Amino acid sequence: MELNREQLLAAYHQMRTIREFEECVHREFTGGAIPGFVHLYAGEEACAVGVCMNLSDKDYIASTHRGHGHCIAKGCDVKAMMKEIFGRKGGLCAGKGGSMHIADMSKGMMGANGIVGGGPPLICGAALTAKTLKTGGVAVAFVGDGGFNQGTTLESMNLASVWKLPVIFVLEDNGYAESTASSWSIGGEPVKRAAGFGIPGEQVDGHDFFAVYEAARKAISRTRAGEGPSFLHLKVNRYFGHFEGDATTYRRPGEVDKLRAERDCLALFRRQVEQSGLLKAQQLDAIDRETAALIDAAVVEAKAAPQPSAEDLLTDVYASY
Amino acid sequence: MSKKSFRQAINEALRDEMRRDPRVILMGEDVAGGMGAAGEQDAWGGPLGVTKGLMPEFGRERVLDTPISESAFVGAAVGAAATGLRPVADLMFIDFMGVCFDQILNQAAKLRYMFGGKATVPVVIRTMFGAGFRAASQHSQGLYPVFAHIPGLKVVVPSSPYEAKGLMTQAIRDDDPVIFCEHKAMYDDQEEVPDEPYAIAFGEANVSREGEDVTIVAIGRMVKFANEVADKLEKQGISCTVIDPRTVSPLDQDTIIESVEETGRLVVVDEASPRCGMASDIAAMVAQNAFKALKAPVKMVTPPHTPVPFSPALEDIYVPGPSQIEAAVRAVME
Repeated sequence: MELNREQLLAAYHQMRTIREFEECVHREFTGGAIPGFVHLYAGEEACAVGVCMNLSDKDYIASTHRGHGHCIAKGCDVKAMMKEIFGRKGGLCAGKGGSMHIADMSKGMMGANGIVGGGPPLICGAALTAKTLKTGGVAVAFVGDGGFNQGTTLESMNLASVWKLPVIFVLEDNGYAESTASSWSIGGEPVKRAAGFGIPGEQVDGHDFFAVYEAARKAISRTRAGEGPSFLHLKVNRYFGHFEGDATTYRRPGEVDKLRAERDCLALFRRQVEQSGLLKAQQLDAIDRETAALIDAAVVEAKAAPQPSAEDLLTDVYASY
Repeated sequence: MSKKSFRQAINEALRDEMRRDPRVILMGEDVAGGMGAAGEQDAWGGPLGVTKGLMPEFGRERVLDTPISESAFVGAAVGAAATGLRPVADLMFIDFMGVCFDQILNQAAKLRYMFGGKATVPVVIRTMFGAGFRAASQHSQGLYPVFAHIPGLKVVVPSSPYEAKGLMTQAIRDDDPVIFCEHKAMYDDQEEVPDEPYAIAFGEANVSREGEDVTIVAIGRMVKFANEVADKLEKQGISCTVIDPRTVSPLDQDTIIESVEETGRLVVVDEASPRCGMASDIAAMVAQNAFKALKAPVKMVTPPHTPVPFSPALEDIYVPGPSQIEAAVRAVME
């Protein structure tokens, strides 16, 4: 299905917002302003946006520890996200979740997850709700190449298959589970692994927004139509380390520079829409400026936001106790 | 009102809540039984028949047999709860928490807090616990204190059919994740239970008898033994209060402390292991809050710190029973 200009602009806006957000978090973390563990999504923007453009608020996603991109692609408020990552009042999760647990149920974003493989069982539940209440919704489990080897993921693929749940499993294979190469850690072919559970799937170039969008559109349509779970294997790369502070000595020297120069999903997108005449460079430049200003403002607001107070420590544990 | 077994009481609560609220669903291994098989459907109704008859009434869409895949279906119950259903997942034996603990510990218990209060997780995880079935080390443990240790979970340990029905009703209506721990040796226990639905509030202990000399706090199946001992000792001039906390999280600390302030003596009876169990927790809580009232050291009646043995000869001395409780009460009276 052809995307119209408005949709293309929205896709670029989201991808650029994610890139700006992550580059900014990288700078702020390096400068010491952000506490804790942070895992950045830069380089993978086409995956989150290509998939989530096929979803609405009634559809759920479960993310990974590398969750900022999924949040933005699912429509979460960027300023509230930044406050959350800074651990401030007014954060998306009131400063109690942080980068690894950032979530917004009202947007169908069931959370980043600090546990590798934590999300797929939860997303089976979201899919069961959609099926039971006949909402027409689907549920997407994003897993990394590390999470793809967790028992929770494999059990969830089996459960989704036997219960015919509306789940789309999206493997974001960015080449490394922490420091370990996915080419070594994944036994067999992911698409064949999914097929072993009776789940059809395909491998897609995760740098290519249009390829991801189209594959996701087909998979999600099929699943939404009640044909059971689907699978996508997105081959992609991350620009930063597993976590911020990772010296990435396991990568070849110059590996990321080459990826940025040759396989940048934003540059690939620009080239394609400009060459085909669908969008003009000036329109995209305007989005670049707009998103940079948005992220700058988000950081200023996050730094100015108050710290949570001592009373906040004790709330939100139970609905009642 | 009629005589009902512990099994029937739980079944009725599940049935009534499923009738009342279409969002209540059941899932677990063999909760109906026979899924995909050529023979009888609703073949098991749960491994010990607690959910028998529910699938024929509510259908396979609301009574879901699962593969043997606890991480997936317990997690799915949590995810379904967070998105609008009120699932009751059957984690057959509490010992199986080991294969799905992440979904309970790191997901169910914490979603609400991590999301700044913007998630509600009304899931019930039913599970059997307890020794006495000759089921050995991996099917007999009393692990409920492990759950009580985790903020975000509520943990229920009913002591009788009446308690089980009311507490299960509350568990399903409750908006927090609840671990509902059923002692497997109690399913055939009978007592008068109302036919109509009723809920028993969490965090409110039941004082089954009031006495002047000793406070006995007992949990689950141990409550029956504590009452038997109290009956016997009453005739011998030792008067006991027996407190059943009903829920070990939240724990009704006030009722226990107030009672110890009156009696000055405490015996805690718990089928869990002694280290970091409910007995040690309650003993520590009383030491902090009612130390000056104590006339004797607190006595804990628990199994030894061992796995549950298989041999009947060993299991019978492993599980606390009336004789150990009586000895403890006599000891604090000396």
